[in-house]
Amino acid sequence: MNGRMVNISKRWGFHGIEALKNASPSYKITMGLFALLALTGAAIGVHGMIVGYHHVYGVSRQVSWGLLISTYIFCVVTSTGLCIISSIGHVFGGEAFMPIAKRAVFMSIMFMFGGFCIIFFDIENPFRMAIWNVISPNFVSNMWWMGTLYGMYLVFMIVEYYFLLEQNHSLSRLMGFFGLVVGIAAHSNLGAVFGMLHGRPFWYGPYLPIYFIFSAGMSGGCAILFFTTLGWKINPEIMNQRMERAIKAVTQVTIFLISVIIFFTIWKIITGMVSEGKHLVIMSFLTGDYAINFWVFEIFLGMLLPLFLLIRSRGNNFNLIMYATGLMMVGIFFMRYDIVIPGQIESVYHSLGVVEEAKLLTYTPSFHEIMASLFGIAFVCLAYFAGEKILNGHQLEKHEIVPEGGYICPGCGAIHFMEEGETEEDAMKRHHRIW
Amino acid sequence: MKFPKINFDDMKNEGTGSVTAHERRKFLKLGLAIAGVYAGGKILSLTSIVGTAHASGGTSIVKRYPYNPHYSMVIRQSLCIDCERCVDACNEINNVPEYGYRTRILTKKYTGTLDKRVEFIPVLCNHCNDAPCVRACPTKATYKDPVTGIVRMESKKCIGCKTCMLACPYDARYFSAERHAVDKCDFCWEERLSKGDTQTGCSSACPTGARTFGNLTDPDNIVYKLVHQLEEQIWVLRPADDTKPNIFYMKGNIRSVDNILNEQKFKYFDPSNV
Repeated sequence: MNGRMVNISKRWGFHGIEALKNASPSYKITMGLFALLALTGAAIGVHGMIVGYHHVYGVSRQVSWGLLISTYIFCVVTSTGLCIISSIGHVFGGEAFMPIAKRAVFMSIMFMFGGFCIIFFDIENPFRMAIWNVISPNFVSNMWWMGTLYGMYLVFMIVEYYFLLEQNHSLSRLMGFFGLVVGIAAHSNLGAVFGMLHGRPFWYGPYLPIYFIFSAGMSGGCAILFFTTLGWKINPEIMNQRMERAIKAVTQVTIFLISVIIFFTIWKIITGMVSEGKHLVIMSFLTGDYAINFWVFEIFLGMLLPLFLLIRSRGNNFNLIMYATGLMMVGIFFMRYDIVIPGQIESVYHSLGVVEEAKLLTYTPSFHEIMASLFGIAFVCLAYFAGEKILNGHQLEKHEIVPEGGYICPGCGAIHFMEEGETEEDAMKRHHRIW
Repeated sequence: MKFPKINFDDMKNEGTGSVTAHERRKFLKLGLAIAGVYAGGKILSLTSIVGTAHASGGTSIVKRYPYNPHYSMVIRQSLCIDCERCVDACNEINNVPEYGYRTRILTKKYTGTLDKRVEFIPVLCNHCNDAPCVRACPTKATYKDPVTGIVRMESKKCIGCKTCMLACPYDARYFSAERHAVDKCDFCWEERLSKGDTQTGCSSACPTGARTFGNLTDPDNIVYKLVHQLEEQIWVLRPADDTKPNIFYMKGNIRSVDNILNEQKFKYFDPSNV
């Protein structure tokens, strides 16, 4: 039994529950707090479910999607983004991106579970969904495709992760490819869940499905940088030359994608200002109720500050990257909120000019909604901290595709190539100029 | 490019003798159709019959309605006095909880007008032919009734994702905790029409006749008559959403409706009668 365990741990980089037990007290306290938060959130969510959501949630008839949906979207956008960015390496063979794959796929799965945790407390009859989604499918419904595609995506990602751990590269690559295709379909379809509601001009159109994909890429890059640099704080051993190179590459991609999203946002605002249906909502971003969300969180924390800091970090300054991307995660959260809620604040009868709907609608998240959202977020955090220990910082366990004649340097983790008649040790010495 | 010069003055008049009766009918029909487009352009683009001009025909048009009976409501806006009896009747008949409503009356105020300062606009589910809620529902819990065209709910299938509530451009849906499903107007199908009644709760409660309910496929029905005319303008709410609603609006004051119901016998303006 003992021997078998050792064998598995070697193969999978699995350090077991032992690693958790050996963690520092502050680490345990952090994990304990997240576990407590997740449990409390779940308990309060269940309470809401029992007493009836309409008593405890802030959503109304007209603003019927609230904080829970926006947090769900935050989670699934990040999950898809992690999949997209990591696929550059382990699906498309971008060597620089390979070392991030394991952590990215692991977190992608956890974010997806986190999203499902949250939407469980938003859907009024989640148990019916399992039955009727299967036996009474509506193939023209984006909502149906969302459930189906994200379900498939999760399965592909889990299988891919298994093969990554198994170091079966051809299968993990194949599964990664399917996961990516289904993930992109699922995610752009999520944009279409909003984009095809033609009674809601703020959402309607092809903008959101396209925006969601690029935005996911940005979130994914940000999340990888944040979780890797945070992992480096927890376990400095994970950094080696290959990982440093990967961080640099991801930083570059993230900088590019932030710029893309800035461009998207500028045109959303400018076109919205001259559109009858969007004007009021856009003005509430610029000067109204959502001005702080928009300017402080979405624009400053979500885009401008990280753009500046990431450029300054040059991809080498891990502390700076960690703070920049940590703040960016907060900004991105508000970015999602600013898609979901403002799309509903203009009543469908506003344009009729009636007294009842003359004002924009308001929405404030209730305590129950905040706690049920925190359930999902805390679950993701808990999974992250547990994963860093149990899976030994997602370290390289020769799980990348190593070209012919090359090997992974035990010292730096980079791929080295042996010259003829050279041993691995000689090659390492040569590479690192140890003579 | 040069055009051949034709001197019309020197040409001989062919007369109408050479035009066949068939061709003449076609021409007249065309003229009517164009008049229909012109005068009732709004109706044409908004009613459930796609691409036909009402003015051009009688019974042949009826067949084009996708449902039979094709239930529909014409709201004669000038007649609504905001007594809310329709809302009360609806709530009572359909057991609508106090936090929800299936229909309500909106108020529109005007300044600078001479005749009136306020108008009331009753709103309810528009039972659209291209219903966005039906497309949005992942489990077909909401569907177009294949016979009557009523947008109905099969409550047991509703997962409560609330997409239909956001898809609806008429704010016609709410989540009912009692039913564990989204609830909406079904033209009183469950409580009245399926039991043989011909009127909905709201239309029979309305003391002024502002809510006129009926069958759009029946030429004798008041709803048919009110929709198939050119004298009074008919419109629908939020036409840009292109949902092909079945709730029609008209000012519908007594005199003009009277005109319509009397087989559209045109009454000349007679100053002595004013």
